[in-house]
Amino acid sequence: MTKQDWPLYEIFIRSRSGLSHRHVGSLHAADAQMALDHARDLYTRRGEGVSIWAVASRDIVASDPAESAALFEPAEDKIYRHPTFYEVPEGVENL
Amino acid sequence: MTKAADKKMLFEYLLRLGDNALVLGQQLSKWVGHGPELEEEMAMANFALDYVGQARMFFSYAAEIEGRGRSEDDIAFLRDCGEFRNFLLIEQRNGDFAQTIARQFLFESFYQFQLDGLSRSTDKRIAEIAARVIKEINYHLRHMRQWVLRLGDGTEESHRRLQHAFDYLWRYTGELFEADDIDVWAVQHGVGPNPEELLGRWKDYLENTLKEATLNRPEDGWMDSGGRNGHHTEHLGYLLADMQFLQRAYPGANW
Repeated sequence: MTKQDWPLYEIFIRSRSGLSHRHVGSLHAADAQMALDHARDLYTRRGEGVSIWAVASRDIVASDPAESAALFEPAEDKIYRHPTFYEVPEGVENL
Repeated sequence: MTKAADKKMLFEYLLRLGDNALVLGQQLSKWVGHGPELEEEMAMANFALDYVGQARMFFSYAAEIEGRGRSEDDIAFLRDCGEFRNFLLIEQRNGDFAQTIARQFLFESFYQFQLDGLSRSTDKRIAEIAARVIKEINYHLRHMRQWVLRLGDGTEESHRRLQHAFDYLWRYTGELFEADDIDVWAVQHGVGPNPEELLGRWKDYLENTLKEATLNRPEDGWMDSGGRNGHHTEHLGYLLADMQFLQRAYPGANW
């Protein structure tokens, strides 16, 4: 019998209500349901989350590192796009 | 019944619950290093730790009830086969992955209903433990159920292996629903459910899943029994030899 690896899934965890899901890592699973179970066992053992997203890694469309100059460098000299001219109100934690 | 007699009954009742958990904890921990995938191995290790935690809760309560100064460790590591009170189903070998899944599924589908009854126990401490444990077992069961569906309705090979595992283990399921004098005592005092009354719900649950997994429910035949009275199959001795080695070789050893 040939050993066939299970497909890879990317895992996103919401650490508490109101925050967005964040990428925490990846894992192997035979299907999406199993990916959720494995994510629960691998990434939420110490109470890290209240919600899990699993996305098949093959469904992720990634930018090409070779194009990073064209994609990202033009933003470097446009400081007026940064909201540094605003005061952040006190008590706002997750901006 | 005198108070001392009640205590003895409760102690025995707790040993049965604790021994099921302890032996399964040891069994599942043996998958570490041998799982089909790293992720599945982690799941098994988590389940093993859940069970060891459950055993600790039942044993520490049992030790208090007994009142002879024994600790939970003494109860776990310094009793021999004849004093263990777990079901025979629990001590059956991990075998191939299908046999582990079948064993866990058969027991945990029963355990969920038992815990449901225990969570309404008149004994506060048991009710609290059960309320906590039932969440763990609901998750275990969800995991095991998915594997039953996957393997049963999977390839020809996985179907054959899982069907064989259920057929083989079926003879140990009769014991789960036997009510002896300790169960009668527990029902009379509102401590725990009557096992005989759990059979209907268990069969419905089991048959639904087996059907969905395209597996046959094994034919009822001769049922083995006796684990709760200390009459065990040959597997338990080997398991205890492994588990208890350290405490036997180095009495009182500590981390």
